[in-house]
Amino acid sequence: MENNNRTLKINILRYDPNDKNDKPHMESYKIEEAPGMTLFIALNDIREHYDASLKFDFVCRAGICGSCSMLINGRPGLACRTLTSKMEPEITLAPLPLFELIGDLSIYTGKWMRGLNERLETWIHDEEQKIDINRLEERMEPECAEEIYELDRCIECGCCVAGCGTIQMNEDFVGAVGLNKIARYQLDPRDKRSDEDYYELVGDENGVFGCMTLLGCEDVCPKDLPLQSKIAYLRRKMVTIGK
Amino acid sequence: MKITYTDVLIIGGGLAGLRTATGVKARGQDVILLTLVPPKRSHSAAAQGGMQASLGNNSMGRGDNEDIHFEDTIKGSDWGADQKVARMFVSMAPKAIRELTAWGVPWNRVKSGDHQAIINAKKVTISEEVSAHGLITARDFGGTKKWRTCYTSDGTGHSMLYAVDNKAHEQKIEVRERMEAIALIHENGRCYGAVARNLMSGELVAYIAKATTVATGGYGRIYSVSTNAVICQGMGQAIALETGVATLGNMEAIQFHPTAIVPVGILTTEGCRGDGGVLRDVDGYRFMPDYEPEKKELASRDVVSRRMTEHMRKGKGVPSRYGDHLWLDITLLGRAHIEKNLREVKEICENFLGIDPAEEWIPVRPTQHYSMGGIRTKYTGESQTLKGLYSCGEAACWDMHGFNRLGGNSVSETVVSGMLVAEYIADFCETEESTININTAVIEKFVHDQQCRLERFIDNKNGEDAYVLRRAMEKIMMDKVGIFRNGKDLKDAVDELEKLLFRSHNIEVTRSKSLAANPALVNAYRTHRMIKVALSVAYGALLRTESRGAHAREDFPERNDKEWMKRTIMRWEDHDHTMPSVSYEPIEIETMELPPGFRGYGKDNTITNFKSALRQKQVDKIRAEIEEEGLDRYEVQRALMHYEEMLPEKYRERNERLDERLDDGK
Repeated sequence: MENNNRTLKINILRYDPNDKNDKPHMESYKIEEAPGMTLFIALNDIREHYDASLKFDFVCRAGICGSCSMLINGRPGLACRTLTSKMEPEITLAPLPLFELIGDLSIYTGKWMRGLNERLETWIHDEEQKIDINRLEERMEPECAEEIYELDRCIECGCCVAGCGTIQMNEDFVGAVGLNKIARYQLDPRDKRSDEDYYELVGDENGVFGCMTLLGCEDVCPKDLPLQSKIAYLRRKMVTIGK
Repeated sequence: MKITYTDVLIIGGGLAGLRTATGVKARGQDVILLTLVPPKRSHSAAAQGGMQASLGNNSMGRGDNEDIHFEDTIKGSDWGADQKVARMFVSMAPKAIRELTAWGVPWNRVKSGDHQAIINAKKVTISEEVSAHGLITARDFGGTKKWRTCYTSDGTGHSMLYAVDNKAHEQKIEVRERMEAIALIHENGRCYGAVARNLMSGELVAYIAKATTVATGGYGRIYSVSTNAVICQGMGQAIALETGVATLGNMEAIQFHPTAIVPVGILTTEGCRGDGGVLRDVDGYRFMPDYEPEKKELASRDVVSRRMTEHMRKGKGVPSRYGDHLWLDITLLGRAHIEKNLREVKEICENFLGIDPAEEWIPVRPTQHYSMGGIRTKYTGESQTLKGLYSCGEAACWDMHGFNRLGGNSVSETVVSGMLVAEYIADFCETEESTININTAVIEKFVHDQQCRLERFIDNKNGEDAYVLRRAMEKIMMDKVGIFRNGKDLKDAVDELEKLLFRSHNIEVTRSKSLAANPALVNAYRTHRMIKVALSVAYGALLRTESRGAHAREDFPERNDKEWMKRTIMRWEDHDHTMPSVSYEPIEIETMELPPGFRGYGKDNTITNFKSALRQKQVDKIRAEIEEEGLDRYEVQRALMHYEEMLPEKYRERNERLDERLDDGK
């Protein structure tokens, strides 16, 4: 690796809702780029050396937990795994829109996602279920397990919500994150809900029929989930129920 | 002042905390769970490779059972573990995984017929039986006799965490997000809850409960490079320590994972080596077979990490601007396998290193990974000294890991201990003893003390910069309390940390004076507490003049069973003290099912305890007698050591396997 001494200019949209005198405003910081620098490293550098009050959320810093989604030059993404070397030296950061703001780049995705999960009841429904944990587990086709995992990989980062055109106009829309979850449970033989049950949950304009197919969700999904094809699949399913 | 009452307070929203919450709720107790982050973002999500449970479904796992899992776990612990607790654990792991299956975890499954695998760098064909088709499969992991590590690709922790959190939604568990417990409320040897700080508004709230559970994970972030999430700062251990009553156990037992990427320290799973990946040096040479001819790359983690360090010290490391490293080569597994079973690893390599691991080698180095030590508990998860305080998961020293944890046993422990501790807590809450009997004036004093402490950090003048102290602490831990340790460095570390602790009382929050959402304030009080935790680790390591598991002393290279069959116990007796006080808890050889022996790595340089041979003789005799009578392995086990009566009654039944059907005609 060669020495890389670019100076980065990082512009951050700042606002502290706890401070009555504060208004949303931009602040810029100049820092020296280091080899292998990510926005995780850059933001911590700013907090440590320039402004200890700067608010942002990181947990795993490895692209696994979904905490650090923000607008990076206007596009939703995970800050922790964004390498500064792949960007121009001026970088603009803003909190993800649509979610409640805690301060600066920190947003309350947890509350939103919990509301979504409760609304869509994203757990295995099986009223007959009597789990006997001493006995052999129920069998599942290996391919089926892999297909479920494929959709189970969603990390609830909220990028798809921020990248969604529909939700800008209808805040009750469940978003790709919600539809993906329904697709995941619909696929799972352990969940005994019928397609009619799913129709009740997402068979309207707040659900699968609300999607305007702009597909910003799939473009920005950091886990490359097949959101487009799953929404299309779910819509076809729900159309047959609705008839 | 805000006081909230509940039956059970749980601090920590990872797998251990969530599973405890669902368990007590199912028993009819009210529960409130406090968490720093949305539960699905907890560090449990980062567990990649898998969960150990002796199902024995796949052909390389066939014949597996609790006995073998137990033996692997005890050997892995270098005989530091509590054998009864380890027995409880191995008997519960299959139940835990089957419950998680019903809750929705999409475990990878056995596919009947032939498939290719890489073993010892060679392609082999493995055949799976039709009878096992569709059951949960498992991969190989270090330090295990069987392929026992069950997985969902390399996102196992994520899938488990989502399933359990979703279960918590279903059960309407009350979760208070971005709430940090900053002090435990206690009086007369009894814990009554915690003072919590709302990280968004700064408000302090007292949560009062019959039982309080700390499930806050490990303390890896006291080191400058760690695989741990940034929230794994040991705050659970610290607030327990600050009660002056609760004790911590074996804080010096720190695990270093062999394969974290350089320089950022993000983990690549042990599954890389379990699936056939190898380690190479600067010359591209595969060196592990020279050191450990039998287990090679799949020796226990502590062993592999030390061998790698030794090899780099011989000048065989790959130089880089971030110091030496070695290579992890998974190219031989092939792209299809990597893209299916090691996809998180692939994403990490692409995003953080800019390489394709199917084509290029991964730069790795042993890195702080796991805290075996923690809040010392009884087998019930209750503190040995502070009634009503419970702990489980990585936060606790329940002690099934001793001085080295096996890969795949951590997520397994989180769920198993959650299942068990929930039952013991519910039992406790059903007794009169659990009655909440604390005056509000006492509660108010606890809140007031914390408020004053926070205000002092804000009001201090010409004080210390928390970051400076924290970086100094991290560096001391890295340089002097690392993989190889020695008396001189450890002594220096303890002295320097003691000075840092002294200085940390005078931290000044600069540039940002808000008592509400304020990362500078958070950093101030956490840094002070982290130094206490670091001091406990370094001091425990200095005093332990032997090498056991992950604790390797260059000046005392022998495992010393004569002097050191004991756990380090620490307590911070007085707020004004600058050091913890230390005592030791004996580990009884006389009652062991598996008496101390040779682990099978390198050469045996154990200083033996005469009791080990005596107990071994007894064990051999009992075993021979029982087998002579034609009784089965359960009878042998029962004759050697009792543990079943310690399990809640609902969890005492045997586990079914393909080879061990439950013959009750169902």
